[in-house]
Amino acid sequence: MSVVSIEDVHKSFGALEVLKGVSLSVERGQVVAIIGRSGSGKSTLLRCVNGLEPFQSGRIEVAGHVVDQDPERLRMLRKDVGIVFQSYNLFPHLTVGKNIMLSPRVTQKVSAAEALERAKEVLAQVGLLEKFDAYPDALSGGQQQRVAIARSLAMQPQVMLFDEVTSALDPELTGEVLLVMEQLARKGMTMMLVTHEMNFARGVANETVFMHEGKVWEHGPSAKLFSSPETAELRNFIKVNIK
Amino acid sequence: MIVAFGWNELLFIITSAGWTLLLTAIAFISGGLAGGIFALVRLSRLKILRRIAAVYIAVIQSIPVLMVLFLSYFGLYAAGLELPPLIAASLSLGIYVSAYLAEIWRGSIEAVPFQQWEASESLAMTRGQQYRYVILPQAARISLPPTVGFLVQLVKNTSIVSVVGFIDLTRAGQLVNNATFDPFPVFGAVAAIYFLICFPLSRLSRRFERILNVGRIH
Repeated sequence: MSVVSIEDVHKSFGALEVLKGVSLSVERGQVVAIIGRSGSGKSTLLRCVNGLEPFQSGRIEVAGHVVDQDPERLRMLRKDVGIVFQSYNLFPHLTVGKNIMLSPRVTQKVSAAEALERAKEVLAQVGLLEKFDAYPDALSGGQQQRVAIARSLAMQPQVMLFDEVTSALDPELTGEVLLVMEQLARKGMTMMLVTHEMNFARGVANETVFMHEGKVWEHGPSAKLFSSPETAELRNFIKVNIK
Repeated sequence: MIVAFGWNELLFIITSAGWTLLLTAIAFISGGLAGGIFALVRLSRLKILRRIAAVYIAVIQSIPVLMVLFLSYFGLYAAGLELPPLIAASLSLGIYVSAYLAEIWRGSIEAVPFQQWEASESLAMTRGQQYRYVILPQAARISLPPTVGFLVQLVKNTSIVSVVGFIDLTRAGQLVNNATFDPFPVFGAVAAIYFLICFPLSRLSRRFERILNVGRIH
């Protein structure tokens, strides 16, 4: 049963059409990587999935929630769908622990004790339990991104979205974030990730989607997609991006 | 009869500084409450509300606070409503403060990176929760230096209330001068007291600015 279903989604910024009829479905427990050149619409697609970007036509349903711009429905959706951004976006005025506990406390009304327990659990999961009382600006970029992942996990989402989460990191910090994501995939989390990390897409994602000019250009099991690309565009993209 | 500028006169001036401080406090608190509301309304998702707040702010900022004072004191008196000077003065200054703080605080809220909105929105928070837990705590820190800076202006601008007969620091100086004809020491003392109030505030504002420039905002 698919937990994310995207049907013929069209999205324009003014006169510029960035998604030209995208359809895609993701099964529970699947990891789907979305690759493509900048401007191909991959980040926009991901942002449409949790309602950060409204779209003009088509239909998206995630974990039983129809995605539209109704504020109440969006909140219900976002309790089940986490997103991690390229720029981490931790709350700078709160400690790591409070960053993580805030939303479960105020949006899910969990008790202080349970929020604390959840925070410790997800922090341990990303290997940063000792940073519970640190402020974000005392952490490296890789650590901040791991905290951002933990913050999303504390909401106990059914689906996690990752929007180029390693693009702002130095190469030596990229690995620690990818490792956390790989462990998450192993645990069976349903994940959609926009990425430039071709090795990660090939090695960890069950399926890879190649987007080009606002469309799903090629889509299939990652191993097959990378070893025998069918279109010239994907062949060219792989040649440029994998050394 | 001319009296010398002595301890009693100086004491009178110092006591009147208390009224200046009281008036500043009332105007700042009442104007701050109204200004906070106007700042949020200015950022409302409803266009009509944004417009109303923008017009209010533009009108108040474009007329001298003295005219607001005349309107609320003489204007309302002519209309049959006589306000005591303290009330008229507080009301006028409160209106003046509200328009300026609304703009300062709107700017501070807008200075919080939009990614903070996106992140908190993606964590299923309502708009109210976003403001309360994420945006306003950060905006408050950003707003500290300009807010304290404005407070310094306010302390000095309260002197205009002397024209409606309210005995503040400035008015007390005028009264003492009328009796002593000794303007230099009298107004010197008045100026010194303003300085003693405002200078520490300015320093405080500078300090906030330095702390914020370092980038630590928790």
